[in-house]
Amino acid sequence: MAEIKKTKAVITENVKLCDGIYSIWLKEESIAKASKPGQFLSIYCKEGSRLLPRPISICEINEEKTMLRIVFRIAGAGTNELAEAKKMDEIEIMGPLGNGFFLENTSNSILIGGGIGIPPMLELAKNLPGKKQIVLGYRSETFLVDEFKSYGEVIIATEDGSVGTKGNVIDAMREHGIVDGMIFACGPTPMLRGVKNYASEHNLIAQLSMEERMACGIGACLACVCKSKDKDHHSNVNNKRVCKEGPVFYADEIEI
Amino acid sequence: MNTKVTIAGVTFKNPVTTASGTFGSGMEYSEFVDLNRLGAVTTKGVSSVPWTGNPVPRIAETYGGMLNAIGLQNPGVEMFVERDLAFLKQYDTKVIVNVCGKSVKEYVEVVERLSEEAVDLLELNISCPNVKEGCIAFGQDPKMIAMIMDEIKRHSKQPVIVKLSPNVTDITEMAKAAEAGGADALSLINTLTGMKIDINRRAFALANKTGGMSGPAVKPIAVRMVYQVANAVKLPLIGMGGIQNAEDALEFIMAGASVVAVGTANFVNPYATIEVIEGIESYMKKNQISDINDLIGCVK
Repeated sequence: MAEIKKTKAVITENVKLCDGIYSIWLKEESIAKASKPGQFLSIYCKEGSRLLPRPISICEINEEKTMLRIVFRIAGAGTNELAEAKKMDEIEIMGPLGNGFFLENTSNSILIGGGIGIPPMLELAKNLPGKKQIVLGYRSETFLVDEFKSYGEVIIATEDGSVGTKGNVIDAMREHGIVDGMIFACGPTPMLRGVKNYASEHNLIAQLSMEERMACGIGACLACVCKSKDKDHHSNVNNKRVCKEGPVFYADEIEI
Repeated sequence: MNTKVTIAGVTFKNPVTTASGTFGSGMEYSEFVDLNRLGAVTTKGVSSVPWTGNPVPRIAETYGGMLNAIGLQNPGVEMFVERDLAFLKQYDTKVIVNVCGKSVKEYVEVVERLSEEAVDLLELNISCPNVKEGCIAFGQDPKMIAMIMDEIKRHSKQPVIVKLSPNVTDITEMAKAAEAGGADALSLINTLTGMKIDINRRAFALANKTGGMSGPAVKPIAVRMVYQVANAVKLPLIGMGGIQNAEDALEFIMAGASVVAVGTANFVNPYATIEVIEGIESYMKKNQISDINDLIGCVK
């Protein structure tokens, strides 16, 4: 297993992508070098009353592997503090955490991102070989779309119908007849449940990146579990740790 | 400079251990800290059979603290012995195993299974607020504490620490009952029962509705309780509740704790245990304290 490190990183860029969504580039060479698509970072708050790290997925690793990009939504006071950080500010981070996506040698891939589950699909899109169909689901306002266009065909769904298919990612996949390839998905649990059903309907293999409330981020506290189909080798019950065995699981491993 | 402390006949190289449930069995944290440097590792609660724990969400952050309702998920004593104890055996540190159960019989099963294993002390968890049967039900009634202690002492080979709940009117009453029942040491405090409501979802933040509160926000309550218990019983104490650094740890020691446990701080800073040990040493140097034992309960 790659070594996990807790250290200070320097913010080299912080830009607002759209309402409530921010993009930050961090300089931290050793973590950047060790990171893979689908892994995440623990980001610590400066304000001491906010104890727990915020788990945020890695959106991109630069070509030289010296910098990491995170794209996140303001969900509360902690992420708000992060959004207000300035260029050259130092923040405490730990990573890389979890196992990323399994980069199987597939000629056709279907990448599905929903809401704040979209960012980790970008580094994945860069690293997957072959043909890629990228399905992105938003509430209304879109972000990162142009960046995804360099890596494959982009299909968009919005809940309010302002761009692309009106509805969710499953509606968009049905509309565009996307039924061929290995699925890689990250998004809210109801979306992942839909993706799991869609995959089994079309007999496709799916990798799902899960999200859950975390405390330690390294597998000790057992806060972030998801139900597994079989007894897990570590927990000895039908629970897997999202931060340690995950966050990416094959759809048939877990019950959602 | 002496940092060694002895409780219930077991000598720790320094007075710092981990709070049960915040450190697993040390494996995950061994990537960050050298476990050989800890006075002891206190493991997550172990039951006779595997426990699945509570539904998610299991944790929520609060101002200066957090709530958890893990529900004592654990792999059961068999796997614990084979994997976790075998792992801990490699290190030169004392091992405290936290024992939980839903009935007296279940506690006894774990205690008996561990009797021939490399375990230095047992910590009886009769105070977890997140498991409905057993656990806290035992810890809030002095008669039950005396009864379960009496039964455990009949089967245990190792000294027994009783972990006390702060969710009682008078913690000294529980401490006295544990002492009368034959406890060799006490640890306190377990978490305080709390609740958080997510106003956006208009729902409880935790699936279990309530959870155990820990972290720096609870520290003054914990220090007060350690002080009260230290004055009520003769047993050695393991103090915990919101310890983030050496200054916090020293408050507990001066209030009467022989050993201190670092808990929630491990989630905030995986190096917290070592920083507490080093901080205590530098406090001793700076203040020319030659023996840590001179600080235990020094504030009367």
